[in-house]
Amino acid sequence: MMETPKTDEKQEIHPMENLLRMDRMPHIWCPTCGIGLAVTAFTAALEKANIDPNTVSIVSGIGCTGRVAGYVKLDSFHTTHGRPIAFATGIKVASPKTKVVVFSGDGDLMAIGGNHFIHAARRNIDMLVVCVNNFIYAMTGGQVAPTTPLAAYATTSPYGCVEPPFNIPYLAESSGAVYVARWTTLHIRRLTNSLTEALQKTGFSVVEAISPCGMYYSRINRLGDGLDMMRFYHDNVEIRHGEDTKNLDIGFQTKIICGKFVDRERPSYNERYNQWLSEVKTAGRHSKGQKGSKK
Amino acid sequence: MKADPRGVLTGVYYIDGDVAAGYGALAAGCKFVAGYPITPSTEAFEAICHRGPQVGAVFIQMEDELGSISAIIGATWSGVKTMTITSGPGYSLMQECIGFGAMLETPFVLLNIQRGGPSTGVPTKTGQADMMQSRWGSHGDYELIAIAPESPQEMFDYTIKAFNLAEKYRCPIMIMSDECVGHMTEKVVIPEADKIEVEPRRLYTGPAEDYLPFKPEPDLVPKMAKAGDGLKLYITGQTHDERGYPVKDAEYKSKYGRRLVDKIRLNKDKIIELKEEGTDNADVIVVSYGISSRVAIKGVELAREKGIKVGTLRLVTVWPFPDEKMSELAKKAKAFVVPEINYGQVVYDVARCAHGRANVVLVPHGGAGVHNPNDIADAIEMAAKEDKKIEGLIEFKTRLEKSVFEGGFKLKE
Amino acid sequence: MKADKAGVLTGSHVLNGNQACAEGALAAGCRFLGLYPIVPSIEVSERFLARAPEVGATFIQMEDEISALAAVLGASWTGKKSMTVTSGPGLSLMMEHLGLGIMLETPCVIADIQSVGPGLGLPTHAAQGDMMQARWGSHGDYEIVALAPSSPQEMFDFTIKAFNFSERYRIPVAIMSDAYVAQLEETVVIPPADQINIETRRYYEGAKDSYLPFKRDKDFVPPMVDIGQGYRFHVTGLTHDDRGYPIMFEECQEYNVHPLMWKVRNAVDKIVEVQETNTDDAEVVVISYGATSRAVLKAIKQARESGIKAGGLKLVTVWPFPEKRVTELAKKAKAIVVPEMNFGQIVLEVERNGYGEANIFFLPHGDKGAEYSEDILAAIKRASQTSEAKSGIIEIS
Repeated sequence: MMETPKTDEKQEIHPMENLLRMDRMPHIWCPTCGIGLAVTAFTAALEKANIDPNTVSIVSGIGCTGRVAGYVKLDSFHTTHGRPIAFATGIKVASPKTKVVVFSGDGDLMAIGGNHFIHAARRNIDMLVVCVNNFIYAMTGGQVAPTTPLAAYATTSPYGCVEPPFNIPYLAESSGAVYVARWTTLHIRRLTNSLTEALQKTGFSVVEAISPCGMYYSRINRLGDGLDMMRFYHDNVEIRHGEDTKNLDIGFQTKIICGKFVDRERPSYNERYNQWLSEVKTAGRHSKGQKGSKK
Repeated sequence: MKADPRGVLTGVYYIDGDVAAGYGALAAGCKFVAGYPITPSTEAFEAICHRGPQVGAVFIQMEDELGSISAIIGATWSGVKTMTITSGPGYSLMQECIGFGAMLETPFVLLNIQRGGPSTGVPTKTGQADMMQSRWGSHGDYELIAIAPESPQEMFDYTIKAFNLAEKYRCPIMIMSDECVGHMTEKVVIPEADKIEVEPRRLYTGPAEDYLPFKPEPDLVPKMAKAGDGLKLYITGQTHDERGYPVKDAEYKSKYGRRLVDKIRLNKDKIIELKEEGTDNADVIVVSYGISSRVAIKGVELAREKGIKVGTLRLVTVWPFPDEKMSELAKKAKAFVVPEINYGQVVYDVARCAHGRANVVLVPHGGAGVHNPNDIADAIEMAAKEDKKIEGLIEFKTRLEKSVFEGGFKLKE
Repeated sequence: MKADKAGVLTGSHVLNGNQACAEGALAAGCRFLGLYPIVPSIEVSERFLARAPEVGATFIQMEDEISALAAVLGASWTGKKSMTVTSGPGLSLMMEHLGLGIMLETPCVIADIQSVGPGLGLPTHAAQGDMMQARWGSHGDYEIVALAPSSPQEMFDFTIKAFNFSERYRIPVAIMSDAYVAQLEETVVIPPADQINIETRRYYEGAKDSYLPFKRDKDFVPPMVDIGQGYRFHVTGLTHDDRGYPIMFEECQEYNVHPLMWKVRNAVDKIVEVQETNTDDAEVVVISYGATSRAVLKAIKQARESGIKAGGLKLVTVWPFPEKRVTELAKKAKAIVVPEMNFGQIVLEVERNGYGEANIFFLPHGDKGAEYSEDILAAIKRASQTSEAKSGIIEIS
């Protein structure tokens, strides 16, 4: 039976519509890209974690994943390349009640933003960092990334990548993150669970979401399309919760270990700051000489 | 000296400006390129990644633009010619080390493919709004040279020129191109190596114990050395004396810091390159650079059809600015018309040098596109008709501005 | 609105310029400082940090200057007035985020305590070499407001002014001080809170669902909202429409960026401030700003005593440049003298607005610096004795 377009529209409402900017659809991501799945998992997690969306600020950098902030219906900031964690730090420190999420890509967070990543982890700033890892700079057309596996091709590694990549969970754990997990965008349910847990956690939480890039990474390396990548994840992912993060290196088309690796407690920056503040207020440690010498 | 044939990919090509600049660098003898991907400059870096290893040039993709420019400054001191490639936001990140490079008198070339700004702006479309930044973007006093090519062929030619100027004056050279030229595909002729002049590094050859890394030659440029030659170099970004040792007193600012600006200012006549046409008896002179000067050709044609005497002055080197030439022209012409893809930058220097003798009309464009030649023609006509001397910049209201801000304009996605 | 009492340390104090800057910020209602230590700006942060607990302000020392300004921009969107403080090399690193602040129209204040550059230069010595950088240092088109204080008292006063401009026009505002003023200790009078005028953030007051983050008022300044209020707005450094959504066409670029210029250019008369000394009958006008203008006052006095009609124009706001006033003075005076602690920056603006009406003498950073009053006096004398008109800038060595 023929249906009117209006009913059609009604039936095609996205289940997460209240958390997405439907007036911006369609989005810019290529067919078979995994970023959309990561966004879906995130919005689902936001509901599952029962967090008031009005209290959440999401910050993105530049790149394909950098566009996430523009499609999520929260207070959202699309900032500069590599600096979303620094921008988000400002929000969290100035407004501790805000739930801060950084949603960005591997190039943005690990290369140009690497320094901010390790320092925010060291400080244990209370934020969730979702790092979509597609092994390549896709927005600029397929350049080598700090996550590109050895020997993989990219437009700026035309003879094969010679740089060892970062092991993101290992870097996060050793820098001080309190929650570290890795999934692929095939593991949508587990990814959602991890994001939910991370959202409920106080402190610097990192969730790595490995995503196919059908347009650049797979094409340049002749790995088929996004669906082939999903099949690859299906056949080659090994789930090992609690695995030592130093064993999580990813090689070119090798086994990928996923799971929740770190879940620990450390006082967050804000907790330490408030503790310091109350001490100062009661003991007046810095009261001496602070008002300038009155003459 | 002639170019090393290894780096010269002699032949006739149909390539875009970015790639042409990459090939130009290789032809000029560039042996090290560090970069970070940024639209719309990536093709230049990719060209070097593909061709570089075949001709003995090394490239590295660094973790950000700060790393890239630091790496090339280091590589230059190891004795090779170097380049980095970027666009607006990356250029802002490089500002600290541009000043550092100027302080160390390090020759290198920086290719900036400008795009629409400020901030992230319009990454995939053109702009010329980093022009003043290329002159003033780093803290402190320094002078450097900026070149604005207008075609892929010029991207090749002027990249070589940029390397030559860098070696000659021991300073960073900016190639201020833009997305339009960078992504424009045209015929590019790469000549044989023996037809390409390249400037070798001015290396010190005397005894090691007598070497002073910052002792100026008569043209104020010191001879350079490289790491690993047993000279025990000490190079610092602090204000330093001829030995390169940091000095502590403010008076050294004028004693040593001064030469950094003087070596460019006093050699200005040798550096500046202009293309001038029909300015002798022109009423109106169109001053432009880069892609805008190509667009202006049509505007000038249209104005000439109306019988207006129009001359053109193209700034091939934008910095150092041709102060004297501009003052001279201001005495002869009635007005300058300056089309730029920004809301007024180089036009300020045109106005400054006009000294009130000629009116100055800015034809602005915010970026993400080029001028409508009719706007330039209308601005020329307006300037030709104006007989009074007008103080202040005259900002021409373009068709684009009228269409966006007057009447019921609605943005389409 | 009047200042919040909590931040105002009413009374007469002996403070150095840096400390006065911190007090000015607290008095203006600044409640967030993003910092990275760099000589000679340290005391601003130290003072701010020491006073933060009792005032109820927060701060964070970030890992570099890039992130310091990024954090300031983030904090500003939480509704807290925010600032950062730095010196030359740090300012260079902040250039990208200055552009982001312009594009997101985020009010904030950047205090730059200038020292000798380029590179590391002489970190402890005063200079005025970042003046053009403040105006042109970030890529793309923008307009900025920059203030140049010349004493600790002005460091206090102008810092408040800077916050007020930044809130009124939703722009980053620069305080271009220098190592000399920053280290100088003088009496600073801090008035009672009810005598300090504070510009409040211009908040949106309409219905939540019809809020557009970049819908401009008549003066091209869009009203703002804080995060966490349920507006769920989006802002981006990309060229955007009223909703804050990116659109990559030249029409949108014109629609977005041209008003960024207008909101400052159209308000020039309201922003520009100068201080004049004896300019009514002056034959030689000395145009200066910041530390240099202190020496100028002395030189003018001495010149008057020796019979030269000298006057002074001190730029309180260097950007936007007081174009009209400089042109008027150029027409009246025989010569203009510009002393600067650099090798020629603001003098170019003076030349541009002089329209060849007066000879322009430039006194660069010399052995003792352009802040040396005897050099300025000599320059005034030479300017008054030069009778023929000269084209271009005459540099005094």
